[in-house]
Amino acid sequence: MNIIVCIKQVPNTTDVKIDSETGRLKREGVESIVNPFDEYAIEEAVRLKEKNPGSKVTVITMGPPQAESVLRDALSKGADEGVLVCDRAFGGADTLATAYALSMAIKHLGNFDVIFCGKQATDGDTAQVGPGIAEMLDIAHVAYVKKINNISDKSITVERLMEDGYDVIESSLPVLMTVVKEINIPRLPSLKGKINSKKAVIKTLTAVDIGADEKRIGLNGSPTQVKKVFTPTQKTVEGEKFVGEPDVVASAIVAKFQEIGIV
Amino acid sequence: MSTIKIIDDKCVGCGQCANECPFGVISMIERPEHPKKFKLAKIDINKCVYCGTCVEACKFSAIELQKDEPALAEVDNSLYKGVWVYAEQRHGEISSVVFELLSECKKLSQELSVPLSAVLIGGADISSKAQDLIERGADKVYVYDDPALAEFQDDPYTSILTALIKQEKPEIVVMGATNIGRSFASRVAARIKTGLTADCTALSVDIQTRNLQQTRPAFGGNIMATILTPHHRPQMSTVRHKVFKEATIQKGRQGEIIKVTKDDSLLKNRTKFIQFIGDDSSKINIADADIIVSGGRGLGGKEGFKLLKELADLLGGAVGASRAAVDADWISYSHQVGQTGRTVAPRVYIACGISGQIQHMVGMNSSDIIVAINKDPFCPMMKAANFSIEGDLFEVVPRMIKNIKELKK
Repeated sequence: MNIIVCIKQVPNTTDVKIDSETGRLKREGVESIVNPFDEYAIEEAVRLKEKNPGSKVTVITMGPPQAESVLRDALSKGADEGVLVCDRAFGGADTLATAYALSMAIKHLGNFDVIFCGKQATDGDTAQVGPGIAEMLDIAHVAYVKKINNISDKSITVERLMEDGYDVIESSLPVLMTVVKEINIPRLPSLKGKINSKKAVIKTLTAVDIGADEKRIGLNGSPTQVKKVFTPTQKTVEGEKFVGEPDVVASAIVAKFQEIGIV
Repeated sequence: MSTIKIIDDKCVGCGQCANECPFGVISMIERPEHPKKFKLAKIDINKCVYCGTCVEACKFSAIELQKDEPALAEVDNSLYKGVWVYAEQRHGEISSVVFELLSECKKLSQELSVPLSAVLIGGADISSKAQDLIERGADKVYVYDDPALAEFQDDPYTSILTALIKQEKPEIVVMGATNIGRSFASRVAARIKTGLTADCTALSVDIQTRNLQQTRPAFGGNIMATILTPHHRPQMSTVRHKVFKEATIQKGRQGEIIKVTKDDSLLKNRTKFIQFIGDDSSKINIADADIIVSGGRGLGGKEGFKLLKELADLLGGAVGASRAAVDADWISYSHQVGQTGRTVAPRVYIACGISGQIQHMVGMNSSDIIVAINKDPFCPMMKAANFSIEGDLFEVVPRMIKNIKELKK
């Protein structure tokens, strides 16, 4: 079984602090990490490989040369091959142009049965690239997968997380799935994995390599344009404070609840 | 290819561009010719998105940006007219986000002097819901009903919506940023090859260009971006739940219900819906709740959530949780609020023992009223709260429950 995982390098927002004077993100020392949702995608791919001996997991990312580090990270956790789709011509891509470039890279790599993506990336939060890739490859997709129930040569049954519960969906293969946090608990890299990942050769593909139409990549191929970027005004509330004996504050806040009409 | 460069002679090394860059891709480097005296701005072109913020920030015109207009096959914008809302249904009921979209899109359609239409795709009796959409402001409702469409599936829904868009040519298509909307909007946009902007929190139109100005948060809400789709139609967006007020019902309002001509080739489907399993742990979906009582690390364990559940039940609300509480396995993931959970905007958000890490705040900071109960008066949640209660939640919450029960008698 050929398994592909699409991942993204994002800034580690867990450590991001806001500069209280300018209200901007403090970026100094913010490290780049694998998009947290992609960790679940990598883990699920590796688990699927372990259950189906003879399978191969290929991890692919589009980004600048330094994005290679997230591929090595995935290799240390059990992926077999890393592919970096990297070209200046991809710069400024929106989700449509990104999905196109990744779909062309996947076609270039050849056969695949299952593609995993994280449900969204934590920097853009769009959740658009995964389904976009499926559309451009003309294959089925299931978003928000929380569990794989079973998989055969031809089909897969999964649970799709919804706001009110979950749907059980059967899909033909090949299929692209975007996965949610609930699907697994990602493993830590093994020592052997770490050593191997350092030695691994990362394959780099350019726009020409994947046969991409230059009109459909980068800023050229992006129908959406960023017109303006701004920092939201910080919501400063002159909050009302309740301090004192539990009895007193509890009745004071309940009185407030009555005032605003929720009791 | 677009290019951006610093003109070395003009750059004085003030660092204003680096401060303003929303993506943090500009750094200030030493100039070899003036060591330790003047610095020089350097743009990491691998990460630059050419937004132009630095060009505006530079007082010395030292940054030159040449931006390519998209070369992707453009369309004749004037052929596209009308504002559409995708009327999402779940198990045969219209999702409440649709009524919010109708109220906001009504304003857009009026400004553009075009009708507002809704597209309803569902099972055999879904057309009975069309009148509800008209009473909420839709002028036209396109209905495609078929027993095979009772539950959402990406393939047929994508094919039907795409075919309808290609045939009727609306200029704007807005969908809810729900699991359903986010699952297939991207497929529709990719098939049409148009732009899609996710998770918008504000929409407006420029009457001259008829461009939709789509504002959305990025980086977990730390920056906002306004996005345009200037050369492609329709302009597509998904919009967050609870950002706009629901359209009011105008009983007996007249509109046109259009049954779309069926085409079985559109029903081709590579997936099969087997069944739906409801989440019994919470009767009220947190994304829909008006009141959310949420707990974090301060709860100390599963028991704490029983207390919050009691308060939530009394107030007719739902129970939410921070990531810390979910990771500790005190409550299931479906309750998680925040960047890796759900975004909520209830009327009242009651945060018990949640310090308010940025990842949690971005998931709830558009709530109308925030109430915080915490031992630490200086934590971010207490600072963001409209009403902050300094104290032990295990002392305060039971007394609140007692008080409310007495009032209800």
